[in-house]
Amino acid sequence: MSNIEDKTIICRCEDITLAELRDMIKEGFTTLDEIKRISRLGMGPCRGSNCLEIAAREIARMTGRGLADIKMPTNRPPNSGIKLGVLAGEEDE
Amino acid sequence: MRRMNKNTAEVVIIGGGVTGCSIAYNLAHQGCRDVVILEKSYLASGSTGRCGAGIRQQWGTEMNCILSRESVKLFEEMNDTLNVKRDIEFKQKGYLLLAYSEREMNQFEKNLALQNSLVIPSRRVSMDEIRKIVSYLNLEGVKGATFCPTDGHANPFRVTQAYAGEAVRLGAKIYTETEVLDIKTRGGKIQGVETDRGFISTENVVNAAGGYAFAVSSMAGIKLPVKSERHEILVTEPVEPLLDPMVMSFSYNIYCQQTPEGTFIMGYGPEDAPESFSIRSSRYFLRKMASKVTSLLPVLSNLRVVRQWAGLYNITPDNQPILGEVPGLDGFYLAVGFSGHGFMIAPMVGILMAEMILGKDLSMEHKLDLGRFERGELILEPSVV
Ligand SMILES: Cc1cc2nc3c(=O)[nH]c(=O)nc-3n(C[C@H](O)[C@H](O)[C@H](O)COP(=O)(O)OP(=O)(O)OC[C@H]3O[C@@H](n4cnc5c(N)ncnc54)[C@H](O)[C@@H]3O)c2cc1C
Repeated sequence: MSNIEDKTIICRCEDITLAELRDMIKEGFTTLDEIKRISRLGMGPCRGSNCLEIAAREIARMTGRGLADIKMPTNRPPNSGIKLGVLAGEEDE
Repeated sequence: MRRMNKNTAEVVIIGGGVTGCSIAYNLAHQGCRDVVILEKSYLASGSTGRCGAGIRQQWGTEMNCILSRESVKLFEEMNDTLNVKRDIEFKQKGYLLLAYSEREMNQFEKNLALQNSLVIPSRRVSMDEIRKIVSYLNLEGVKGATFCPTDGHANPFRVTQAYAGEAVRLGAKIYTETEVLDIKTRGGKIQGVETDRGFISTENVVNAAGGYAFAVSSMAGIKLPVKSERHEILVTEPVEPLLDPMVMSFSYNIYCQQTPEGTFIMGYGPEDAPESFSIRSSRYFLRKMASKVTSLLPVLSNLRVVRQWAGLYNITPDNQPILGEVPGLDGFYLAVGFSGHGFMIAPMVGILMAEMILGKDLSMEHKLDLGRFERGELILEPSVV
């Protein structure tokens, strides 16, 4: 395996390299939900804005499936990180 | 249709959460390798992957103390015993349980006496000691606290994966994206399991379906006294280490912990949540959670919430799990109704279930069979969230 691939970081929040991603897919983790949970890819403050797309392509390529068949994880609320102190001060509607 | 490449098994486990995977590993480890797990989605996709993953031994009944104490020993060794590839992240920085009335503190004293008699290293802590353990805790209204340094939490997905990985190495088969549609029975015996990927004949089925335990039992004609309840939880952005122990209170109704990677995970029991499963009630949770936690731990006010989600508690009339074979239906085993504390005892539950299924002597006494409800022998645990 090439060194460049080993060191290419695809998830900056959690420091995950392309080689690590490929290892997980080889081990049998072939959905984004599984990969997210085992490695925290896409779970950091950037909320997966770059890495999920890359990971989906890699899964599709390595498993021979179409990109459209790779399920993107549910985007859970809240979409913009709100501070606890701000939420605590919110009035009831 | 992607059919399963297997049409018979000694034991079929329905549910690939921490319970099902722990049972599969322990069956294989105890010599029964012809085991299949059927999971309708992916491993730990149910309550397990959504839980707080707290592990505490500060209980009020002997049985729960022993179940959790023995499980803690197994968590401590798990990276080695299960040859894990990825650390299960078991962090033992203790649970600090806060009491807000004399009555609650009296109950804690009774619990401590019991725990200490079972060599659980919990103790009462003074106000000064509380301040040493968590310097910035708002102590308003706090009447006392207990602390057990060997309590903690672990990564629920990694623990499930650890059991699953080792079970597979020992010969078990796991089918994800495989939903059980029906359970065939005849003359008080199990015959097999129908799935969306084919039929598996078997004489032994384990219901480890978490929040779906009622639906799965109904497939075999068994109506269980369980109901599922939605519980919400949130996680913040990661920050430098601030909080060592899990902080928890039954009366103030909160739990809050910092994970090894620096995020805070917190929740509370939905005692006053409006009866609605909508996103609106999630906003309600967010506000209420934020105001509870920022008043107890004001230092968290500047933390941003990254995600919130919900999962199911599968609840029994006495808030204790149901473990064992169903009377009158040979080979139908239950490992359900964990009532919000199924992660922490899964290591011991797996051992006991495997022993029951294989007809071995049990490693510990328990009265968690389904029959207890009819006999009126409910287990009264005073310390549940
Ligand atoms: C918000 C929250 C916080 C919690 N905090 C804690 C805590 O701090 N400590 C603790 O110990 N516990 C905690 N719990 C409880 C804990 O999550 C559960 O008790 C535990 O995970 C139960 O595991 P399980 O394997 O039995 O169930 P699950 O993890 O729910 O697994 C059951 C599996 O069965 C599958 N399934 C269902 N029906 C079918 C079917 N027909 N065919 C195939 N598969 C099927 C589901 O997809 C699911 O994956 C918490 C729970 C929640 C919701």
